[in-house]
Amino acid sequence: MFTTRLIHAHEKKVLVLAALILFIAIAVPASNLLLDPGNPLHVPSHVVPLFGKYLCYALLALALDLVWGYCGILSLGHGAFFALGGYAMGMYLMRQIGARGVYANPILPDFMVFLNWKELPWYWTGFDHFPFAALMVLLVPGALAFVFGWLAFRSRVTGVYLSIITQAMTYALLLAFFRNEMGFGGNNGLTDFKDIVGFNIQAPETRATLFAITGIVLAFVLLLSSAIVQSKYGKVLIGVRDAESRTRFLGYRVENMKLFIFTFSAMIAGVAGALYVPQVGIINPGEFAPANSIEVVIWTAVGGRGTLIGPIIGAVLVNFGKSIFTAAFPEFWLFALGALFVATTLFLPKGIVGTIQQGFASRRDYKAAAEAEKGRVVPARDAANVQPQAAE
Amino acid sequence: MQLTSRTLRIVLLLIGLGLVLATGARAQDALKPLVDGLGATAFPKKVEAVKQLAATGDPKVPEILEKLSAGALFAPKAGGAVYLVEGDVVSDPVTGAPVEGVAAGGLQKIRLNNMLRGAIGDAMSQLTLLSPDRNARLSAAQALLASGDSANLALLDGALAKEEDAEVKAAMESARAVLILKTDASAEDKKAAIENVASRGDRGALNILTAALSTAPPELVPTIQSRIDGITSSLAVWDVVQNVWYGLSLGSVLLLAAIGLAITFGVMGVINMAHGEMVMLGAYTTYVVQQTVASIAPGLSTFSLAFAVPIAFLFTGLVGVAIERGIIRFLYGRPLETLLATWGLSLILQQTIRTIFGPTNRQVDNPSWMSGTFDFGGLAITWNRMWIIVFSLAVFLALLTLLKRSRLGLQMRAVTQNRRMASSMGIRTPMVDAMTFGLGSGIAGIAGVALSQIDNVSPNLGQNYIIDSFMVVVFGGVGNLWGTFVGAMTLGIANKFLEPYAGAVLGKILILVLIILFIQRRPRGLFALKGRSIE
Amino acid sequence: MDHKITNSLLYLDGVSVSFDGFKALNSLSFVVAPGELRAIIGPNGAGKTTMMDIITGKTRPDTGTVYFDGQVDLTKKDEADIAQLGIGRKFQKPTVFESHTVWDNIELALNRKRGVFATLFYTLTPADKARIEEILETVRMTARKDHLAGSLSHGQKQWLEIGMLLAQEPKLLLVDEPVAGMTDAETSETAILLKEIAKTRSVVVVEHDMGFIRDLGVKVTCLAEGSVLAEGSIDFVSNDPKVIENYLGR
Repeated sequence: MFTTRLIHAHEKKVLVLAALILFIAIAVPASNLLLDPGNPLHVPSHVVPLFGKYLCYALLALALDLVWGYCGILSLGHGAFFALGGYAMGMYLMRQIGARGVYANPILPDFMVFLNWKELPWYWTGFDHFPFAALMVLLVPGALAFVFGWLAFRSRVTGVYLSIITQAMTYALLLAFFRNEMGFGGNNGLTDFKDIVGFNIQAPETRATLFAITGIVLAFVLLLSSAIVQSKYGKVLIGVRDAESRTRFLGYRVENMKLFIFTFSAMIAGVAGALYVPQVGIINPGEFAPANSIEVVIWTAVGGRGTLIGPIIGAVLVNFGKSIFTAAFPEFWLFALGALFVATTLFLPKGIVGTIQQGFASRRDYKAAAEAEKGRVVPARDAANVQPQAAE
Repeated sequence: MQLTSRTLRIVLLLIGLGLVLATGARAQDALKPLVDGLGATAFPKKVEAVKQLAATGDPKVPEILEKLSAGALFAPKAGGAVYLVEGDVVSDPVTGAPVEGVAAGGLQKIRLNNMLRGAIGDAMSQLTLLSPDRNARLSAAQALLASGDSANLALLDGALAKEEDAEVKAAMESARAVLILKTDASAEDKKAAIENVASRGDRGALNILTAALSTAPPELVPTIQSRIDGITSSLAVWDVVQNVWYGLSLGSVLLLAAIGLAITFGVMGVINMAHGEMVMLGAYTTYVVQQTVASIAPGLSTFSLAFAVPIAFLFTGLVGVAIERGIIRFLYGRPLETLLATWGLSLILQQTIRTIFGPTNRQVDNPSWMSGTFDFGGLAITWNRMWIIVFSLAVFLALLTLLKRSRLGLQMRAVTQNRRMASSMGIRTPMVDAMTFGLGSGIAGIAGVALSQIDNVSPNLGQNYIIDSFMVVVFGGVGNLWGTFVGAMTLGIANKFLEPYAGAVLGKILILVLIILFIQRRPRGLFALKGRSIE
Repeated sequence: MDHKITNSLLYLDGVSVSFDGFKALNSLSFVVAPGELRAIIGPNGAGKTTMMDIITGKTRPDTGTVYFDGQVDLTKKDEADIAQLGIGRKFQKPTVFESHTVWDNIELALNRKRGVFATLFYTLTPADKARIEEILETVRMTARKDHLAGSLSHGQKQWLEIGMLLAQEPKLLLVDEPVAGMTDAETSETAILLKEIAKTRSVVVVEHDMGFIRDLGVKVTCLAEGSVLAEGSIDFVSNDPKVIENYLGR
């Protein structure tokens, strides 16, 4: 069963990475809160949300990898799902400000008072309740992805065409969210948050907890994704990626296969956005910029698409590099990023993890061939990797 | 008030008649005592002097009156001879000859009040209406038409009687009609005036008639109303024409930006995300060429665009070939990777330009033949938009001819349809690819030259066009330049028709949504190649 | 319902389709009986592949009727429906899932529920395992079951694809040029395999290799310019003057 597979039968490296993420999720907040600032192992308070941001990006890259790496759908609009999840969380956080805003209006957020609005728009209803907002974090990106995907996959829009219309989607949303009339704070977005479920959002304890939650969610999604791609469904996805028409002529409804993973992936992206917003303290329409979505693609590519651990490693590495680079030579960050795009596609198309795996695989193949020469047939690949799941 | 303005009119009429009767230029000496009259202390006397000056019709008078308004005429405190004082130089206001022996310090500026200013204005328009220069008369008539000051009616009548130039006469007649509608002239006259105003058929005429509606005698109301309706409906037609025109203008910009992309995408299946940056490079090339021409041969500045077009084409074309040889050729058959690599390239190009030229906008000047507007029916057409439409059509046709007639075009079409077959027929496909990419980039460069005339030349120039260009190509369909043409024009016009209802941003969003929906219906665009070969 | 339709497995009548004015199929009529092995020959552009596209739902005919199993109107179904009805198709160019192992390729082709959740919660039963092993044995792939399909030779890929079609348990198998690029030994083995398969289901083979078709020894249909030129035994068809002119050459 699927649930049993969620517990067993993962690739070893996925388990190792999940364990590592869980360790970080506990260790970083613990070190920040418990250790003395003079201690060499102490993680300073300003670093916690920064690392938390990396973990959110890793989650977003993982979501993209599910559709791109495993199903061949290069979405240039995943930033939109991320941002929508972020806005859903941001709306909840705005409502928590209550009368503590500059205009001290108990109901309306400051920007609405500023625009001289008299009442809350209908679509803000319910966002003062955390469970509702949390549900919307999943549902809004999920619904958009479902409708968009339903239309696109049914009409068999594929390849670069699909990439371009996903880009158009996020661009349209960018323009829309810039409008004050939309009721999402226009240019400035949503910010000046105070509380999250009753805790001060600025407090080190809250930040540490948010970090831990992000890490735990990332580890959980990693295991869940691993279970999905190990299942027969995951194999069908890879089939769609490699030979779409063959999959179709075998009787699979390719559009449904794509739609499920696309919607799932959008929800994960939404969760990533929702975890991101309280840690960075702002969400604005800039998150919808097409450039952001393409950057996610490069994290995934650098780490290695089609491997679950690659995008996580890629997202953390590239963003860590970005933090260092923009501090040291801000002028040259775009050069570095651009060169990264070109170099990755030219010299490292499988990404870091993919290339390492390939190296191991070819060594194993070489050994296997040598063994076969001696007259023994040996499986060429790692048994855990290729053996069909035994009946449980 | 009514009485004074009427007396004024009668006076003006008399003056006008006097002017009509007057023949030949008068001796300058005759002006001198009248000019000296301006030095009188009492304002009514000064007004009288102005009127008398105007009555002479002497071509010197406007200049003198202008000096008076500018406060350059001086007179001794007690009145007497009037002098022109500019800086420390004291001269005769009529002859302009310097006057010795009078110190500027002993003179006082001739003061103006509103009554005097009014008299000067009337005199000026009267004099210009009668000016020997037809352009001056024409603009005076148009000024009257715009101001609609019915006090000048008599003056206008006088000028009209003398006028011989057809165009000036027509302008004067429209002005007269406008003025008549404001007076209590006979119904007959008013009716003729209404017809005259209505025949102009523009928004100004609509305003005049609407204003006249309230004061008109009852028997004229239906006539006016029907003329108003007529103008309104014809204006509605012109509104549509205007939207179409604006749409074509936007469409031609889109066409320029997208057409190079259509070629590279159509022939090579390559999505060039750095295409927008090629446009941007073209715009910066224009800037550099303009600066260079201005410093080397300032006389040729007007033609710097003519130099910029080929230079931009060659420069961006070479950059394109370099990109194809250096990066893209290693990525054939992997369109998504090409997309990423070219995106990276676009970041590098943007940052390069930002490092060299700075992040701020660069000023690219419009040559004189591209600035200003002209009227066409109910449209005011700006020259730069007009030229860009012409230019984009020229580029489009040139490209079409190139593809249809040249050897490279033949090879490109062959590669588009069946790469492997073309290759086995002996076409060197790598060469065709490099040339195609160079051509596509070169055209983007040309587009940059055109866009530098209507948009800000900044490192982000390309980004503003890239998504729109994609939409055009995707909408129009791949492998068919006419598809790109129709796509660009349709999107341009649709955009401009949506804008008045939805606003610019919402209109754009709507267009994007419509295209996304359209792609679902026709995944390969409007003019897609059909058949088995398309997989 | 028409007697001819109900007694047939596949029934095409008056099918026409054109692309940009080019008539790929011109009022094509073609019937396959249950359990029949049929060979189709014809020059390039005769409409062989287009006919397969029509049967499998990839292309919609402009006019004409296409019935399967005596009752199902195929023109109203899409590829996945038609595959699930029991029509398997082998492409001209061998198409397998290159980054899956041979075993996974067969497992994916296995005729089981194909929905998202059915596949998500699928576990391999002993019966399925046995079936996969049986098919691997049939297509002589047992020793390579753990190899990636991408590492197979051209001929092996052809066989793997045929194995996948078997796993699909179709009633009708459409095979497009199965021996292209095969050695003579492989070709005759393929002929034996197809005859074996045809014992339990109908098979339609498109092939240019006349020796191979002679090996099959079945009824032959010759297509040209989108319609049937001649139909009958290999000797009858290859002596037809129209066939000689259009296809075989003098």
